[in-house]
Amino acid sequence: MSTVGVGGAGGARVQIEGVHKSFTLDGRSAPALIDISLEVQTGELLCLLGPSGCGKSTLLNIVAGFLPPTGGRVLVDGSPITGPGPERGVVFQEYVLFPWLTVAQNIEFGPRLMGVPAARCREITARYLEMVGLSEHATKFPVQLSGGMKQRVAIARALANSPSIVLMDEPFGALDAQTREVMQEELSRIQRVEHKTIVFVTHSIREAVYLADRVVVMTSSPGRIKEVFPIKLPETRNRFAPEFTHYESEITRVVKEEVAKVHE
Amino acid sequence: MIRALALVAFLIVWAAVSHGNRSLQAMNPILLPTPGEVVAVAVSLARDGSLERHLLVSSLRIAEGFGLAAVTALALGVLVGLYTPARLAVEPVIEFVRPIPPLAFLPMFLVWFGLGETSKVAFITYTTFFPMFVGITASLLRVDIMLLRAAASLGATRLQLLRRVVVPAALPGIVVALRLGFGLAIFVIVGAEFMGADAGLGHLIMEGRVFFNPAQIVMGALLLGIFGSLVNGLLLAAERRALRWRALR
Ligand SMILES: Nc1ncnc2c1ncn2[C@@H]1O[C@H](COP(=O)(O)OP(=O)(O)OP(=O)(O)O)[C@@H](O)[C@H]1O
Ligand SMILES: [Mg+2]
Repeated sequence: MSTVGVGGAGGARVQIEGVHKSFTLDGRSAPALIDISLEVQTGELLCLLGPSGCGKSTLLNIVAGFLPPTGGRVLVDGSPITGPGPERGVVFQEYVLFPWLTVAQNIEFGPRLMGVPAARCREITARYLEMVGLSEHATKFPVQLSGGMKQRVAIARALANSPSIVLMDEPFGALDAQTREVMQEELSRIQRVEHKTIVFVTHSIREAVYLADRVVVMTSSPGRIKEVFPIKLPETRNRFAPEFTHYESEITRVVKEEVAKVHE
Repeated sequence: MIRALALVAFLIVWAAVSHGNRSLQAMNPILLPTPGEVVAVAVSLARDGSLERHLLVSSLRIAEGFGLAAVTALALGVLVGLYTPARLAVEPVIEFVRPIPPLAFLPMFLVWFGLGETSKVAFITYTTFFPMFVGITASLLRVDIMLLRAAASLGATRLQLLRRVVVPAALPGIVVALRLGFGLAIFVIVGAEFMGADAGLGHLIMEGRVFFNPAQIVMGALLLGIFGSLVNGLLLAAERRALRWRALR
């Protein structure tokens, strides 16, 4: 077993080995992912970039254990996964909050399942509420929140469960530019302390270069790995440094080639 | 406020029409009782305690019949909603029996269970079971798979998924199904009590016909209506409280 559960810091290694995925629609099988092999190191933050529909969410769903791959396998710390588990936290593209629970209850959902004592749950919840800037909204229900607020609750809910691996599907997609930068800084700060293993899907190349240890660019659908860029920048990054913008334009060029294919 | 006004307006129209008929003699005044006559019947029945007895008998039958149906529908609904083989086995049978108008079977219940309480209770159970079962199963099957995934990735076991996700997510649908079933129970009790009952509001109505007392018929019908809307109001209030999170938008 990996380091599971609340309070556990540190990451775990994720190996994606020759993963294929096909979906069957009207009796015809269409490939969505072709031969994906990736190794995400313990404590590494890996960003996935690629045109819409290339299979990023599908890959995340497979690693999360929600979908079985058609071929290949996924290992966590050397053992094949058999389904979802609390050591792999998920931030969904569509938030997926529990609508009958308040913001605070959503965040403490995981710790409470694990039997964490109530007092400790309150501490954890307060800490993550503060982190995502929603302390004032703790007793609201999801229907009362804006899209960006829901997204921040979803992030807090995943992190409050202290997973060693976090799978994040466009977690900042619904945020305004300012909040987004604050959240990026917050995530990179957490990462410097906790060294989680993170797979982070985004459409923002700037965001990827700011956060990632490696950026993986996927081809248009069916998704393959097109190119992998190790980002050799200091831990605290300056978005205006020449090296930063160099990575940005380099990756933009590669992503554009693939996005152009979608519109051919 | 508007509801109260509408009620008052209805009473005024009723009083005007029935008293108007009385003075114009458009039809035999006995056939169109005035509000006063209906109240008079209620008062005289209440005096000798028989009104209370009829109300109690009907309420008890509804409570027992509906309660039994609700428990069965919940148990079977959960089994069928969560366990696919059970659904595949049960669904065809339900779909075969469900479209038969329940009243068509009422005589069978009298044949099977006699004229006593059992036949009435069993008939209400039978009638209200199907819509509740179908509603409960559907709301369990409709639970968003994404919510289950979210909970599973937070470490929920199968039992926790059921208790912490499936039940709360399906609750709004389940409550609506129960409310529907209750409405139906009030609907069919009359039929059950028309046939071979010696007490109950349905029996009171039938007695009004046999002894040619239209005021008593109207009174029985009105009492059923009031009883039904009172209980429905209580259930609605409970539903709003339990499902507070939905109404907040
Ligand atoms: N359950 C499914 N059944 C059939 N096809 C699916 C299913 N889920 C995804 N697909 C298909 O797989 C492909 C990849 O979808 P996916 O959601 O992984 O894309 P994505 O890269 O996350 O896109 P976006 O950036 O828009 O979120 C798409 O062509 C989509 O139509
Ligand atoms: Mg996606």
